[in-house]
Amino acid sequence: MLNPDIRNDFPILDQEVNGFPLVYLDSAATSQKPRQVIEVLEHYYNYDNANVHRGVHTLGNRATEDYEGARETVRKFLNASSDKEIIFTRGTTTALNLVADSYGRANISEGDEIIITYMEHHSNIIPWQQLAKATGAVLKYINLEEDGTVSLEKVSDAMTDRTKIVSIMYVSNVLGTVNPIKEITEIAHAHDAIMVVDAAQAAPHIALDVQDLDCDFLAFSGHKLCGPTGIGALYGKKALLEAMEPTEFGGEMIDFVGLYDSTWKELPWKFEGGTPIIAGAIGMAAAIDYIQAIGLDAIEQHEHELVAYAMEQMKSVEGLEIYGPRDAGKRAGIITFNLEGVHPHDLATVLDMNGIAVRAGHHCCQPLMKWLDVSATARASFYLYNTKEDADRLVEGLRMAKEYFQ
Amino acid sequence: MKNEKLDQLYRSVIMDHYKTPRNKGVLDEGNVTIDMNNPTCGDVIHLTLQVEDDIVKDAKFEGEGCSISMASASMMTQLVKGKNTEDALHAAHAFSDMMLGKDVDDTVDFGDIEALTGVAKFPARIKCATLPWKAMEKGIAHDSE
Repeated sequence: MLNPDIRNDFPILDQEVNGFPLVYLDSAATSQKPRQVIEVLEHYYNYDNANVHRGVHTLGNRATEDYEGARETVRKFLNASSDKEIIFTRGTTTALNLVADSYGRANISEGDEIIITYMEHHSNIIPWQQLAKATGAVLKYINLEEDGTVSLEKVSDAMTDRTKIVSIMYVSNVLGTVNPIKEITEIAHAHDAIMVVDAAQAAPHIALDVQDLDCDFLAFSGHKLCGPTGIGALYGKKALLEAMEPTEFGGEMIDFVGLYDSTWKELPWKFEGGTPIIAGAIGMAAAIDYIQAIGLDAIEQHEHELVAYAMEQMKSVEGLEIYGPRDAGKRAGIITFNLEGVHPHDLATVLDMNGIAVRAGHHCCQPLMKWLDVSATARASFYLYNTKEDADRLVEGLRMAKEYFQ
Repeated sequence: MKNEKLDQLYRSVIMDHYKTPRNKGVLDEGNVTIDMNNPTCGDVIHLTLQVEDDIVKDAKFEGEGCSISMASASMMTQLVKGKNTEDALHAAHAFSDMMLGKDVDDTVDFGDIEALTGVAKFPARIKCATLPWKAMEKGIAHDSE
């Protein structure tokens, strides 16, 4: 387990909610931010704020250096081979939309196939739905195994000569399942399809290596890994990005503008229209530095232990059903569940009245809810600042809810 | 377990309507059908009304949702039955005010429904309570077009 002193880095955790010390178990929606990130944002706005890549003045230089330095931090975080492969976006959703709009519309035609799974987040469904509608392509879903995992056999079975894109989440935001991305990528490549990875829930918890995974695109968000909202990144293989057209025009991405035609900057800037999210990128880099100083492996181990502990404790609550893999070793720090006789919203309200923050609803995964045959679920998601005491408080809260609704 | 705030929200009359909902089902003679959902949480309601000569003769609902939304639907269907459409719409307005913590028009006799006033103190749950009423409003407005 990580040193519980880590909690002191997160000022927000030191408060009472509805008369109880806060237990924050909603990090899969957005994580809390450490002092170290908040201070970097504050410093940037207090001392360095200027637009990037244009001013010749000192502040402009500082902002540009910090912004491009943030890109280098992301490159190292993903082990990409070049910082030209790192595009700053508003987050995972924008990044996936960019791939669908740019790569998709240029390379997909009628009858081609796009493969996703039943567990995908709406952000990794709708851009492909739209692409399929616009091009006449076929969107295919891989069914899940009973325990909420993806089998390589079913992936292989789904592939055909017409399969052009496979897009799968690394870690499920509902089931917590960690998918075998490297192996799925191999299968996709064997059929000459490209592999897109939604790493929104993976990046905060698992060390990523895009060269080892060999994926073609990978997207993640800053706000789930201790960084600010409104910033994320798209990794793409250089050759693919170079062949792609921008989807947003104006501002930072411009090279030369004529009356009737214009040219774009080179990678990665051709995909970063407008004034970029400068403070966001710098804040996200600070967040990456922060979690890397603790160590992704140590964070992953911490969550495994917490989830194993919490699942064991939760077993003692009668009528509690946990979704996804039973084996805590197969999941990231996410436990989604329902308590018999208590609707998840009512459950979330009871927990909230005890200072415990969980998510309730469909978690932007309506097809998965259908697959689970439920209209909504409750979800507790753990991160590096959570402790076994937090898990105990959750279990205590569940017992209270059970009693209250009996 | 004792929690005053929760007791304000989950009054016994609400729990009663949740556990034994009134007017559950689909009206065979219904001439107004409304489906509404709350996309942020997945709550759904399927409401059927039998409206004749501007009178809501009968109302039934089916749905998936939390105790607040289902109890609210049960109570709402009880209230509108037999009311003329103008009064039903008026009640929906007054109910919405009640949820927003505003002064409520005292010409509407809410009876047991006043148990839902506690919801006003739980901003995240207001939409749960108002969903069935919005469905009723939509259904009546649509019918009178």
